[in-house]
Amino acid sequence: MISRLYDDKSRALVAASIERRRADARGLLFRSLLQVCLLMTLALLAVLLLTVAFDSSEQLTTRLWDFLGGTLRSQSSDDKLGVHQGIYGSMWIAIIVALLAFPVGIGGAVYLEEYAPRNRFTSFIEVNIRNLAGVPSVVYGLLGLALLLNGQFFGLDRFTGGRSTLSGGITLAILVLPIVVITAGEALRAVPVSLREGAYGVGATKWEMIRTQVLPYAAPGILTGTLLSMARAVGEAAPLILVGAVTGRLGDNPGLFEVSALDDRFTALPIVITSWTQQSGRDVGFATAAAAAIVVLLVLVLIMNSAAILLRNRFEKKRG
Amino acid sequence: MTDEAPRLIERPTVATVDDDSALAQSTAAAAPVTQTPDAVFESRDVNVYYGSFRAVRDVTFDVPRNQIMALIGPSGCGKSTVLRCYNRMNDLIKAARVTGSISYRGTDLYHERVDPVEVRRRIGMVFQKPNPFPKSIYDNVAYGPRVAGQKKDLDNIVENSLRKAALWEEVNDRLKDSALSLSGGQQQRLCIARAIAVDPDVLLMDEPCSALDPIATARIEDLMQEIKQDYTIMIVTHNMQQAARVSDTTAFFTADTHSENDTRTGILVEVDTTQKIFSNPSDERTENYVTGRFG
Amino acid sequence: MTDTRAAAAKHSTEQLTVDQLQIAPSRRHREVIIRYTLLVAALVSVLVSTLIVLSLLREAWTFVTEVVWADTWGQQGWFPRRGLYDIPTIIVPTLIVTGIAMVVAAPLGLGAAVYLSEYASQRVRAWLKPALEILAGIPSVVLGFFALTWIAPNLVGRVGRTTFLVLGAVILIGYAGVSALIARNRLKQYREGAADPSARIAAVAAIAMLVLVFAVAAGWTLNVWLDFAPNNAGSLAAAGIGVGILTIPLVASISEDAMAAVPDSLREASAGLGARKISTATAVVLPAAISGIVAAFIVAISRAVGETMVVFMAGGAADASRFTDSPFEGGLTMTAAMASLASGTDNVVGEGLTFQSLYFVGLLLFVITLALNVIAARFVSRVREAY
Repeated sequence: MISRLYDDKSRALVAASIERRRADARGLLFRSLLQVCLLMTLALLAVLLLTVAFDSSEQLTTRLWDFLGGTLRSQSSDDKLGVHQGIYGSMWIAIIVALLAFPVGIGGAVYLEEYAPRNRFTSFIEVNIRNLAGVPSVVYGLLGLALLLNGQFFGLDRFTGGRSTLSGGITLAILVLPIVVITAGEALRAVPVSLREGAYGVGATKWEMIRTQVLPYAAPGILTGTLLSMARAVGEAAPLILVGAVTGRLGDNPGLFEVSALDDRFTALPIVITSWTQQSGRDVGFATAAAAAIVVLLVLVLIMNSAAILLRNRFEKKRG
Repeated sequence: MTDEAPRLIERPTVATVDDDSALAQSTAAAAPVTQTPDAVFESRDVNVYYGSFRAVRDVTFDVPRNQIMALIGPSGCGKSTVLRCYNRMNDLIKAARVTGSISYRGTDLYHERVDPVEVRRRIGMVFQKPNPFPKSIYDNVAYGPRVAGQKKDLDNIVENSLRKAALWEEVNDRLKDSALSLSGGQQQRLCIARAIAVDPDVLLMDEPCSALDPIATARIEDLMQEIKQDYTIMIVTHNMQQAARVSDTTAFFTADTHSENDTRTGILVEVDTTQKIFSNPSDERTENYVTGRFG
Repeated sequence: MTDTRAAAAKHSTEQLTVDQLQIAPSRRHREVIIRYTLLVAALVSVLVSTLIVLSLLREAWTFVTEVVWADTWGQQGWFPRRGLYDIPTIIVPTLIVTGIAMVVAAPLGLGAAVYLSEYASQRVRAWLKPALEILAGIPSVVLGFFALTWIAPNLVGRVGRTTFLVLGAVILIGYAGVSALIARNRLKQYREGAADPSARIAAVAAIAMLVLVFAVAAGWTLNVWLDFAPNNAGSLAAAGIGVGILTIPLVASISEDAMAAVPDSLREASAGLGARKISTATAVVLPAAISGIVAAFIVAISRAVGETMVVFMAGGAADASRFTDSPFEGGLTMTAAMASLASGTDNVVGEGLTFQSLYFVGLLLFVITLALNVIAARFVSRVREAY
């Protein structure tokens, strides 16, 4: 019945167009091209991780605890070789960043989002922060060098002890400050107006409203941002080189919680990796040591990053 | 107040009033202020601006004590904006500016030394959409007293407030549960309890039932009748039946459209007892609105 | 707050005074203190930028005024400890590394972004996005290690003389193709812009730029091909690929944001006209998101110029370097020059202006990246205005 309504010619046309659609070569090619881009990216990531895993296995399987407790050495065959000094430096840098950058950054974000009047000065500060976030990390190293090592402007070298964990930590805290302000600001903007009005409506002051409603609601988002910036700080090396992190030999090996060593000369995990990688040319054993140090660093960074991603996903789900 | 349907009045023409005469009429209606002897608020020539745009023009009326006053009018007529002048909620909008005077129990509400935080403590607010805090039921009610520095006796305050808001029976066994687990109607009553807990004098309600179903709405309306002996209540509603049912006095607002830039300024048309507004309004625009011919 | 007081207040006709409409002084004072504390926190960023600019300018000024430019220029090398500062020696490798990084990151990042935004199902996205985020979270020293120990021997080291020429030709032809498309549009503008001389000048300038870049790139490719020397150890090419991998997630995430900002109504309209997915993606979504994609590239360039560790580790130069324009040799980028000079020495001592040279290079870097970021921000705000 229906077939009679259409003549053979139009039926053929329809069939042809449907078939052409199925065999759309150009579309398929484009799609596969895109997939290749993605697969290549993922493959590079996989090769990277595999290379590191493969190279590091020697150190990590045969002498894991010696490696974690050891120090910087000039020979890769030295059985005291290890990353303990690097872990000390990186851990304290993370702590200093948390102590300095988080309160200042979150406080600045709260001011800009909740208190600041909408005027030129406020938008100047905001543009300024966005631009700071794009400044190469090595330039922050120059700032740390001038401010904390050479004591320019405020004579801070007496407080930091010059080339020290403290200087490194402060430099990296300054480095991640704009990132903390930006991510915390985004989290604060997501707080619904109805909560603010509800708190104001029963006679809360601005700060009471912020402390009891805005900050708790924004906390997961703020936490995500701060964790990401902490991971960034722990992985940074360039500014530390500028503020004199030690790449060669470092005498002391303070215990992990020896606070008195904070103004001594220092190194950090990324610096250890850099140094060993560069020495692998003359002493191949350093390549495996560098890979093992990378595993230690990646474990730290990935824990922070995945905690951040998990938190954010949960947060987004909760708000639907 | 009155359950009877508003009387339909047949008039041969519904005049399309031009701007000038509308202005004349509105001033004529609003100008001779009848001093309410027992007024909580006295508003005189209140204007609200958002930047250079005037959202509300020359509003003058009194709010009588321990009564329910309804603010009605078509959408965009500025009734919510007016309501938010009474607890200085408009202060929170950066571009907003209020001129004229509102006196609350003899004190200029916009005096420079008056703190809006204390104003909002005394003049509570219930919002259009229930907005309980993402905390427990108990903490929601105790929130206001806590920020005001109250530490003792919170259990009593919470219980009394929940009782007054007719919610105690439903939640007394799960005060520690999240407030977000309550139904919409319960959430709104929780918000009323939260507002009551700081012992206010006035309750401002901004379309409190617009997000609720008819049964929940009826409960809130009953509740308003019960608590009006303790509080002065101002309610904004777009539901004329609701205004007619619950309020003692009614203020009718309308919007003046400026054809040149398509903006609308809210103006007060008339204030009177609810009975009079719905049965025999003195202004033609009110009559058109309450009889459903406009809006 | 108690019930007795409440009852008294409510049923009387009590009048209030201004003083009764205030909160406790302690509460009021706390508000003021907190407000100013937070303001100080916000001002720290201004202080930081001021200090950065001041410290850079101070030392860089000393360098610029005191260095003997006549002795330094044309020395074919960067030897800061001997007081020889040849600027092209650190600029050219920076350009090479950035260029190679973009050749890697632009197609891979953009391709991943288009796939994620237009093709991937929700489930695939849920896996791929975190994978890209992991890549974004990998510290640059790790890529430095990877570039030196894997990319250099396995990718760069395997590139022979002929492979390089073929690769270069493919890239040049691709560039020429894209330029031809742009030039055609510009020519049309030129013809239509008869009444507007500024449009004509812009069109001519754009075409001239494209031709110039092509000529320089072609000449450079030929030059490198003639002097070809294979290199298994660190080289600018290995570093460039490493930096490229580092910037892939950046390109992907910014351009995906731009494509996500394109309203679905445009896609539906295109599909409603019977367009295939490929046409929708290339003819509707990409043009609509072009500003954001350009911004992604510019931000990636800025990031590549400022990247230090990968180049320092895999770029194949010690703390001094001769001039090179070959990607298969070791060289110093601006950032690597700074890191090399600063590492392993006591507060960068050396002849005369060694310390100051650090700040001079830093200032150059700061100005270049700032300019790039400001331009990128313009492009991003253009996307925001459009939708």
